[in-house]
Amino acid sequence: MAEPGPRFPMNMINASLKELSQALAAKQVSSVELTTLFLDRIDRLNPQINAFVTVDREKSLKAAAAADARIAAGQFGPLTGIPLAQKDIFCAEGWRTTCGSKMLENFVAPYDATVVRKLEGEAGMVSLGKTNMDEFAMGSSNENSYFGAVKNPWALDRVPGGSSGGSAAAVAARLAPIATGTDTGGSIRQPAAMCGLTGLKPTYGVVSRYGMIAYASSLDQGGPMGRSAEDCALLLNAMAGFDERDSTSLERPAEDYARDLDKPLAGLRVGLPKEFFAAGCDAGVMAAVQDAIRELEKLGATMVEVSLPNSHLSVPAYYVIAPAEASSNLSRYDGVRYGYRAPEYGNLDDMYMKSRAQGFGAEVKRRILVGAYVLSHGYYDAYYLQAQRIRRLIANDFVAAFNDCDVILGPTAPSTAFRIGEKSSDPVQMYLSDIYTIAVNLAGLPGMALPCGFADGLPVGLQLIGNYFAEARLLNVAHRFQQATDWHTQQPEGIA
Amino acid sequence: MSLTLDQVKRIAHLARIEIGDEEALATQGQLNGIFQLIEQMQAVDTAGIEPMAHAQDLSQRLRADAVSEENRRAAFQAVAPETEAGLYLVPKVIE
Repeated sequence: MAEPGPRFPMNMINASLKELSQALAAKQVSSVELTTLFLDRIDRLNPQINAFVTVDREKSLKAAAAADARIAAGQFGPLTGIPLAQKDIFCAEGWRTTCGSKMLENFVAPYDATVVRKLEGEAGMVSLGKTNMDEFAMGSSNENSYFGAVKNPWALDRVPGGSSGGSAAAVAARLAPIATGTDTGGSIRQPAAMCGLTGLKPTYGVVSRYGMIAYASSLDQGGPMGRSAEDCALLLNAMAGFDERDSTSLERPAEDYARDLDKPLAGLRVGLPKEFFAAGCDAGVMAAVQDAIRELEKLGATMVEVSLPNSHLSVPAYYVIAPAEASSNLSRYDGVRYGYRAPEYGNLDDMYMKSRAQGFGAEVKRRILVGAYVLSHGYYDAYYLQAQRIRRLIANDFVAAFNDCDVILGPTAPSTAFRIGEKSSDPVQMYLSDIYTIAVNLAGLPGMALPCGFADGLPVGLQLIGNYFAEARLLNVAHRFQQATDWHTQQPEGIA
Repeated sequence: MSLTLDQVKRIAHLARIEIGDEEALATQGQLNGIFQLIEQMQAVDTAGIEPMAHAQDLSQRLRADAVSEENRRAAFQAVAPETEAGLYLVPKVIE
């Protein structure tokens, strides 16, 4: 099938969700045509990027035909027929769902995650496939995938960030208009920053975790990754909402996250945490962040200095809490009910030991071991409880800061995308690439990344952090910024 | 603090992950690097601070003790490594 035909009303691979929605409603394009366009791009470009681990053309086209039927019958919503990429952490019935692990290499999910049910079943979006990720969402570079590293479309020798690196690379390379991601310590925001995208981690409890394969349950949260704040708002509208199947889902009335997009920023107080502007961030990243500050001032915002005095403890506290929860969550992989079983073993215990040794990758094992240790007798108080107390201090810092400001601003990551292999031999160096994002997860706050410039030709991501349930406010600030700048419309060269 | 090789092997056993001597040695170095990072927490005085287990202070919701799901045993067992007559097969544990 040929690429964009003459009857396409616009450059479809760069169209916003709103434009796609209007074109579908006006029948200027069908969902089958759009889906085919993106599937063809995946066929052509995915071999060099490795953003998708599973593509099923027949299944996608069937869903697209169903969406076209809904549109023809007049029974459709704003996202019906629009293709998307699903992070391979979301169970989707009939789709192989691997979570980037050999453990789940052959796992075909027998049910839909709530996010999948809402986006595909209810909103009528069309899945283009499942995107690559760090194994069990543990990683900041996507090098921890059993299915191989993902390449950053901006520079193929560099990482896309992680753990939602496949989703980020897919959208950056225009292999999908938008994607889902999940964020436990920065896994939406950091890859969005490194690939020049806009991504939002909602307040903990806003998006259902049902059917989202668990890493650290008190931190995990799904969210949108797209090319603009407006696109993210529209996807979040369809993703969010109370779900009785998730015990930590919040019972709140539905909101329109796009409602405040156009609100002027006059009077907005932006908090700049002095700890985020101290040493430790690359100069090129900091220069782009400073430019963004000046742009927001032009739009009427005022800057206030705030302090998050315990933020330097967020990485240490996270690497106790997240591994502790992971060691418990991942105990389910025992080679009995689903997942990998070693081909040869002796007794039952040996079957567990060998299946887990062979099925998990190195980083996952490291985190399980750290977790098992900090939860073990005699160490629980010194590590686990101490980390939870520090978590409270970190959350309290944000509460105090939000007395003086409406949103907090800083860099998303201390550097632009690093080279594949550059940090993979030193776990601690890798962990520090999430130094600005992790505190947000510990506190359970919403956070966003959005493009704010380039350093040496690589995208730089600005981070905006909001108070609890301030998603619409964050999206408003990001949208106004994107109305005044064009960083978010830049696209990697060579990915035509 | 640093972990001994025996401790590494003991944790691996607790986590039911088989580990050889060579892997244990490499793992020991990496875990000690991670614990060095974690140790920064120990300098912080947290007396009187309530541990925060969760981002939202919520009590668990209750629901009626009623069947809400249909029986999908066949679908769920279709992804199991080994089943027979609706049962999961594992090595013999009782002689």
